[in-house]
Amino acid sequence: MSILGNRVLRKEDPRFLRGEGSYVENLPLEGALNVTFVRSLFAHARIGGVDTTAAEALPDVQVFTGADIDVGPLGPPPLPGLEQGMKRPLVAVDVARFVGDIVAIVVSEGRAAGEDAAELVLVDYDPLQAVVRPADSVKDEVLLFPEVGTNVAGRSGSPEHDESLFDGCDVVVSDTIVSQRMAPCPLEPRSAAAEVGPDGRITAWFSTQTPHQDRMVLAMTLGLDPADVRVIAPDVGGGFGAKMLGAEEILVVWLARRTGRPVRWTETRSESMVALPHGRAQRADYTIGGTRDGKVLAYRLDVLQDSGAYPVLGAFLPNLTALMASGVYAIPRIEFEGRSVVTNTTPISAFRGAGRPEASQAIERALDAFAAELELDPAAVRRKNFIPKDAFPYTTVTHAAYDSGDYEGALDLVLRSAGYDDLRAEQRQRREQGGAKQLGIGLSSYVEITNGIDETEFGEVEITADGGAIVRTGSFSHGQGHETTFAMIAAQQLGLPIEQVTVHKGDTDEIAKGTGTYGSKSTQIGGMAARLAADDVVERAKQLVADYFEASPADIALDHALGRFRVVDAPEPSLSWPELAARAAADERLGELKAAHDFKSSPTFPFGAHVAVVEVDVETGQVELLRLVAVDDAGTLINPLVAEGQVHGGIATGVAQALYEQVVYDDDGNPLTSTFVGYAFPSAADLPLWEAVEMETPTPVNALGAKGIGESGTIGATPAVLNAVLDALAPYGVRHVDMPANGENVWRAIQEAKA
Amino acid sequence: MIPAAFEYERAGSVDEAVSLLGRDEDAKLLAGGHSLIPLLRLRFARPSLLVDIGRLDELRYVRDDGDRIAIGALTRHAELVRDPLLAQHCALIGKAAAGIGDPQVRHRGTIGGSIAHGDPASDLATIVLTLDAELVVRGPSGERTISAAEFFAGMFVTALAPQEVLTEIRVPKVQAGTYLKIERRAQDWATVGVAAARVDGRVQVGLTSMGATPLRAQGVEAAVAGGAPPADAAALAADGTMPPSDVNGSAEYRADLARVLVRRALEQL
Amino acid sequence: MTRIALTVNGSHCEADVEPRQLLAYFLREQLELKGTNIGCDTSSCGACTVLLDGESVKSCTVFAVQADGCDVTTVEGLADGDELHPVQQAFHEKHALQCGYCTPGFVMATVSLLKENPNPSEEEIRHGLEGNLCRCTGYHNIVRAVQAAARAGT
Repeated sequence: MSILGNRVLRKEDPRFLRGEGSYVENLPLEGALNVTFVRSLFAHARIGGVDTTAAEALPDVQVFTGADIDVGPLGPPPLPGLEQGMKRPLVAVDVARFVGDIVAIVVSEGRAAGEDAAELVLVDYDPLQAVVRPADSVKDEVLLFPEVGTNVAGRSGSPEHDESLFDGCDVVVSDTIVSQRMAPCPLEPRSAAAEVGPDGRITAWFSTQTPHQDRMVLAMTLGLDPADVRVIAPDVGGGFGAKMLGAEEILVVWLARRTGRPVRWTETRSESMVALPHGRAQRADYTIGGTRDGKVLAYRLDVLQDSGAYPVLGAFLPNLTALMASGVYAIPRIEFEGRSVVTNTTPISAFRGAGRPEASQAIERALDAFAAELELDPAAVRRKNFIPKDAFPYTTVTHAAYDSGDYEGALDLVLRSAGYDDLRAEQRQRREQGGAKQLGIGLSSYVEITNGIDETEFGEVEITADGGAIVRTGSFSHGQGHETTFAMIAAQQLGLPIEQVTVHKGDTDEIAKGTGTYGSKSTQIGGMAARLAADDVVERAKQLVADYFEASPADIALDHALGRFRVVDAPEPSLSWPELAARAAADERLGELKAAHDFKSSPTFPFGAHVAVVEVDVETGQVELLRLVAVDDAGTLINPLVAEGQVHGGIATGVAQALYEQVVYDDDGNPLTSTFVGYAFPSAADLPLWEAVEMETPTPVNALGAKGIGESGTIGATPAVLNAVLDALAPYGVRHVDMPANGENVWRAIQEAKA
Repeated sequence: MIPAAFEYERAGSVDEAVSLLGRDEDAKLLAGGHSLIPLLRLRFARPSLLVDIGRLDELRYVRDDGDRIAIGALTRHAELVRDPLLAQHCALIGKAAAGIGDPQVRHRGTIGGSIAHGDPASDLATIVLTLDAELVVRGPSGERTISAAEFFAGMFVTALAPQEVLTEIRVPKVQAGTYLKIERRAQDWATVGVAAARVDGRVQVGLTSMGATPLRAQGVEAAVAGGAPPADAAALAADGTMPPSDVNGSAEYRADLARVLVRRALEQL
Repeated sequence: MTRIALTVNGSHCEADVEPRQLLAYFLREQLELKGTNIGCDTSSCGACTVLLDGESVKSCTVFAVQADGCDVTTVEGLADGDELHPVQQAFHEKHALQCGYCTPGFVMATVSLLKENPNPSEEEIRHGLEGNLCRCTGYHNIVRAVQAAARAGT
């Protein structure tokens, strides 16, 4: 009887339900000084000087400026195509490049004193022209890095345009889709703390997704041996791709060394809204062409990516957009060109989907526009172009090697579950009746790449003296439930009850190595590493039992149901794990019951199809999402309860992009949505229940048959909802609405179509 | 964020509050705190002294006063929602209150605080203006009544003199009334709000977030009084208004929303 | 400094506070009750929700001095030893939490909601929770948890 595939309630829940989560801000740190960052009020300004006199006149306040910082600058990640000259000083020295750029640091006793002092730091700003829109930045008239000579921070694809790309197409449709800038908004703002031990060793606590990678970059930046640095990620309240080592965390550690005291920092929300990297901000000009009966022959995507002021991962993401440009369709000719440019805004990094939502938003919009031009049903056009079920593994012309998929099956299932024909009938009826509130039905078919950069994850299993197991994983759950799912995986292999298996994570002193959690990779590489380590432990246990029974290891079997080792075909003698552990401990051989594994894997490609039903008030532009029906196939599910939760959360973010959220800057680079009042993060009152439909097409890539799922909901939902809004507005002559496709954007599209 | 430091006094009576306000020209009243504390946390306001009137339970009531309903200034939004007198005689108040913020906000925010803040985005401020409410205030020279028409002087500026405390809001009993609003998300301030009521046989219409203060849609009212049907009267809804342009909407969009909402409100009356 | 005396999770406590100290920080820093989280600075997210005299309030928008003489309940005051409060239990059974940061706020808001409306419709639940934001769950399981808690009769 396998525990895998069961809806097992989470082991980690009790501490969170009781308010005992160990978020960084909750950790006691005796004698810690408080850090407050002073941040630029201008999007682009020369810094003449920083007068700290008034601030330092307050008791127990110290102020540091860029001139004091003797480490850094931070470069862009070492990824292909990125302009390495665009470096970020940890604290701005000569020039501030975005509202939120750190210009000084206040160290104080306590938070209130820090905020009081920060207000008194006088920065001499000489404002410069700010460049805010990527379309302006790409002209290279106002340069953020004059010494580099251009604002282009990254390139992807090819600038070669084949003029004959659309030859043979009966119909060609072009338009632009903007995947608007979003703020990740993890509910826990970032927090960091650090202290230097008596032995000179650093201990740092970060609210991060990547403790091991953080330790490496931190050590490198500070010129330290990683062995002298311990990073602990305790409980982390959400990350969504944004929480990875940044200037702030490095500075907190630097300050601990400089002051000789422990230091801590927690950002405020309005600080987080400008200082935590943003996501998306990609404009795609698409052209799609094909035959009159709906077969797509060619597709071109020209992408302009906003990188923000200092290029980080965001500048590279168009490469993932390019890779996934084909979506679920067998498109014979695809061209892609991507440019990433810097602007005087918050840097752009990964945010739930990271380059792939942009790909599905573009192709799904393009396909619907193509269908509309042909006056064909969007579902029918999709069917005509799907990569067929028997074609896997399938490599697209954009070089994505899809492992397994059943795209038509997903579409069939979602249409059936949604009652598509009934929905179209209701829509027809409402249109005949007229009335201000009209229905829109939108589809998306998507595929996404998980474990996208072929990563390796670490897993270790150790049997304890009482016969339980500890799983040490290099993955780092910050809400994804690994304490339960990885325990399930190990418990299954070991034949132990899940209550006896504990998952440890997050402490670089305890966990030898790891990559952390992002990119929806953890189950398939972290879970697999744990599984293989568990298998290794079972083999070693058999060795030990063989010694004890004076048998050959090949003759020892583990009865998984009972958790007992015995000789094959002989029920007794047998040893349970506790019995074996006790005996091994007595013989000082317990250490043999420990094994580690590094599991490397190629990517997997979860897929699905969503149907969105919206009601649009054509007089006011208000859109209400009535239903979102989602098929999300991630192969074999370890814990469907946890997987479903990931889908629900992903869908909410996808819907939020389609209908609510947008980070807005004015022409001078001042952020206009830097609180939860201005930024339209939706509540439960703004969203419906989700209708998640099960489908599992296992992957051959790993023994679990598991693909990632964390970002699928997001990737599928946004295009379905946007297509639904456009579907509602089609009778009004509307062919284009910018996201968020709600309120004024819808109203304006209707007015323009009337004119 | 943490507010800048201030002194704090708790008033045991309205007169004591009046007196405490006189101590310092940068003193402010603290009632429910849900207009003031958010400003303090972002350091947009730095009063030197907060005079807490939150415990003056004698200002929490809803009473039938003949042809008017008298509402104590410290009555909380949640109380307005459930009050039976208001439901019977002036239901648009409870309807609007139910849409203010969220349940936690409604447990603390007060009608007096919301109105005295002088925010053109305040639903209740628009309603009192629409209903020609009377606002009773007490100051160093005693008590006086200010008409709603005179109360809202400018953005976050009211006719309250520095030491005056709003104690009571007196609204008419209406024959019909409604409050409609458009917001981006459920917990948001109105992008545009419309209050409409039939008061003593006359249709009165007010607008939220269409100018520096809540506004009466006088053109609409005159048209209705002259016999115009809702659609025609509503076409005048944005006349004389100066709606803001912000992340919730442009002035142009707001003007059209006002026309649509006024039409819908008139159709409901 | 101002002296306040209040009851927190059934225990009497007295303290000297700066008037500007918000109740959320008082609970966390002076009483070491870290379960109440701070997620924003505009009274929007509800992570700091506690009960003040039995009603849900955002403790980031109440000064500690305003809570003088009041009865405060935080998430730490719900469970009865090993036994979770029915709302906590429902959140667990319906997988209504992921990272856990918004959870105490949602649990407290739910306790207050069900006290005022013991049998809410789905729409009433959603509006009853419009003051609480979650980025992880998409709210679906939270709504299911509130429905389950209502059925269990809290």
